[in-house]
Amino acid sequence: MTRRDASPFIRFCSEFAENRLALFAFSVVVIIVGAAILAPLFTPQDPYDIGKLILGDARRPPGYVGRGGYVHLLGTDAQGRDLWSAILYGLRISVQIGLTAGAVAFVVGGALGVVAAFAGGRIEALIMRFVDLQLSFPTILLALVISAILGQGKWQLTVALVASQYAYFARTAHGAAVAERAKEYVEAALSTPLSSGVVVFRHILPNCMPPLIVVATVQIANAISLEATLSFLGLGLPVTHPSLGMLIANGFQYMLSGRYWISIYPGIALIMLILAINLVSDQVRDQLNPRLQR
Amino acid sequence: MMAALEVRGLKTHFFTRNGVVKAVDGVDLRIEPGRVLGLVGESGSGKSVTGLSILGLIDPPGRIVEGSVKLDGQELVGLDRDAARRVRGRKIAMIFQDPMMTLNPVLRVDTQMSMALRAHESLSKDSIRERSLAALGRVGLPAPEQCLTAYPHQLSGGMRQRVAISIALLHSPSVIVCDEPTTALDVSIQGQILQEMQRLGAELGVALVWITHDLAVVSSLAHDIAVMYAGRIVEHGPTEDVLAHPRHHYTRGLLDSVPGEGTPGEKLAQIPGSIPALIDLPPGCAFKARCGRADGACETMPEIADLGQGRGARCVHPLEAA
Amino acid sequence: MSTALLELDGVSRRFSRRISLGDRIAAKLGAKVERREVRAVEDVSLSVLRGETLGLVGESGCGKSTLGRIAAGILPPTTGTARLDGMPVMSETGRHQKLTTRVQTVFQDPFASLNPRRRIGDAIAEGPLAHGLVDRAGANAYVAEQLSRVGLDPSYASRFPHQFSGGQRQRVAIARALAMKPDLLICDEPVASLDVSIQAQVLNLFLDLRRALNLTAIFISHDLGVVRHLSDRVAIMYLGRIVEIGPAAEIYASPKHPYTQALLASVPRLNRSHAGRSIFRPIAGELPSPLAPPPGCHFHPRCARADARCKVEAPVLRPMGDSRRAACHYAEAG
Repeated sequence: MTRRDASPFIRFCSEFAENRLALFAFSVVVIIVGAAILAPLFTPQDPYDIGKLILGDARRPPGYVGRGGYVHLLGTDAQGRDLWSAILYGLRISVQIGLTAGAVAFVVGGALGVVAAFAGGRIEALIMRFVDLQLSFPTILLALVISAILGQGKWQLTVALVASQYAYFARTAHGAAVAERAKEYVEAALSTPLSSGVVVFRHILPNCMPPLIVVATVQIANAISLEATLSFLGLGLPVTHPSLGMLIANGFQYMLSGRYWISIYPGIALIMLILAINLVSDQVRDQLNPRLQR
Repeated sequence: MMAALEVRGLKTHFFTRNGVVKAVDGVDLRIEPGRVLGLVGESGSGKSVTGLSILGLIDPPGRIVEGSVKLDGQELVGLDRDAARRVRGRKIAMIFQDPMMTLNPVLRVDTQMSMALRAHESLSKDSIRERSLAALGRVGLPAPEQCLTAYPHQLSGGMRQRVAISIALLHSPSVIVCDEPTTALDVSIQGQILQEMQRLGAELGVALVWITHDLAVVSSLAHDIAVMYAGRIVEHGPTEDVLAHPRHHYTRGLLDSVPGEGTPGEKLAQIPGSIPALIDLPPGCAFKARCGRADGACETMPEIADLGQGRGARCVHPLEAA
Repeated sequence: MSTALLELDGVSRRFSRRISLGDRIAAKLGAKVERREVRAVEDVSLSVLRGETLGLVGESGCGKSTLGRIAAGILPPTTGTARLDGMPVMSETGRHQKLTTRVQTVFQDPFASLNPRRRIGDAIAEGPLAHGLVDRAGANAYVAEQLSRVGLDPSYASRFPHQFSGGQRQRVAIARALAMKPDLLICDEPVASLDVSIQAQVLNLFLDLRRALNLTAIFISHDLGVVRHLSDRVAIMYLGRIVEIGPAAEIYASPKHPYTQALLASVPRLNRSHAGRSIFRPIAGELPSPLAPPPGCHFHPRCARADARCKVEAPVLRPMGDSRRAACHYAEAG
């Protein structure tokens, strides 16, 4: 079975694997996400269990052996949390929220854009003007406002992120769908005749996937950093469930007094994750683009 | 008489990730000044790549690996960039199928013509305008002044192609390579362009390499014809001769495939199979898989057999002369 | 005596640019907003008899593709009706839906007319499954049958379009259309983007299938040679109107309309006898834009015989003897 016999997905993956940098970035993402998901296995302490925190161990430098008996690899934060554990659990939240928000925004925005493109006329105009309106607001502002209205909490945060991000998917899906609906295979499907629903969801939508996937990879990174921003500003998640953003915020006051580790290490973790995701999305974008040109 | 263009043993290969594509694998051509050579072939035959190679317009991953292209005696292969730029556009020019490829859609016609002129000569604004108008008039454009100030999208397809031709003629080149310039045009406009080219070739003594898949056009326009298949020339000779009495089986098959001459409703004599992929060509004659006459002798690549009177065919079992 | 399978009666199709909100405001403020309208098809009436192949010929902007789409039920006519065996092809009010599966289309671009993400077996089976022509259990065998009929190996059903050559893709497109068991096949320039040798294969396939299935077909093309080879009757179109229609052999032998005459004279012909190079005799003048067709007879600016009447009065199709009609004030019968 030659490579050309394989489905588009398998061909995509094998081509992806040929770019060493992208492959490396992808493995970084997998490792980080894996470590985050399996956090309890790798961490000596559950940083969300307030009862377990020992205040006497607070603000200790990396390598300190705490009263609990384990080595704090990256030091502790102001509440006595083992930073390594806090980072992994924080990553967990970031990844969870980023992926969930990204996925929901993908589905909602993608479906909206494709349906709008196919419906045409007033419906299309109405939906897309609304999307345009939303795109004209800065994402952070929108997320801030919604977050402030809804209050703190994981689901509230996810809703805020979805509400600010679905518009990008809708816009991209609409553009791609408009291009696809003019193509002959759509005309051929309609002329069989096949129903509009079948044409939209089984013909147009799958062919709109390439640009949507590119947007998705970028937006997941955005969701993660947006969540960190909101947490940094005090919205989003409660203090007892620190995400990376909040860890960075909490450690800020200690930067100048020499206790750099409280902010720096979470910051590095965040940067690594977002950078890796962006490198992967670069490769995905490059691969999907020329493919569209025959 | 020195040939306007002489190509010997031209080989252009593309070094891709999946292997080497031998797009042009040993092509010999010769055109006298003022004559039209029809370079005929289907997709994958290498005719367009031949044209681009002659102009030196092959980009990586392709390159000319072997061969010589002599324009009025001057060797073009291996010229450095500056020397190549001095020749291109001045002594030899090219016209493409899509005039939007030759013409820049964001620049006006006069700007583009003045750029083409100033690339090779330094002229005053007045003489630039004068020469541009003269060139546009020469290709039969009805309102040259209006054309001059227009953008390409404001002109029709036929007019754009005429502008492209006039730009090609600006420096009175010896050879113009035309890559399917009428294929994308309507039939009635195609006729006008062909008539124009026929006239210009005769009047100005420009040699034309006319690359096309359309045998009907070639039969009316070209003095000589060269048929390409899978990167090589398989037959050449004076047009009337080759079309009336083809010696290569592919040529005959191609001629038989053209509808409109046979009995309507009757099946056309088709060539079985399809054009081979150029990446892993099996050794021997590239046409043998589709040829009714192939046998053991066809396992080695035949050379072009000289059949007399300017005819040649790359076949060890050429068809009978009439 | 063959009966008419498809009847087009007074069919016209106009495309107009929708006036956007901005233009409406501008118009209210007094600015002149031009209403741009393309008369793609103007008052065409013709019938396609059972079992015949009607060739539809013309240059770009003549409306042949639009007419093909109206006949296929893809596009509703602005006025007039398209009926298959007396039943309308498209619903005439509301959201125009195609009402029948008995007309199918083969499109021009074999690269674009197949969904690149679907295996061709699925693409061929999709329509028949949706309309109950075959059930899930029998789908594979059905697809295999369709593929062999167009000369493709049935094992190709699991492949994707990009794995095929242009000629093979066109065969797949034909298989897909025929899988719906149509009575009428509309072929919109099906061989235009194919190489000459592959074109011959597809044309031969078409001739075989037509005979085997007793198909009625409309063959749309700009290639006069191809149309002559396949068609029983030919209709020549120019800027939305039919200018001449009649048996193919007669029209090619003695065209009556000045446009047909000029077109046939201007097309380069392959001469295989020792005729040598010839002079080109093109039609003078530019092809007018469909946005601004000349008044009266559309062809008058390019016609050698045009006079004052031609500039004002649009000619109608008049009988020119047995089964021929031409739209010219001065064409002679006989």
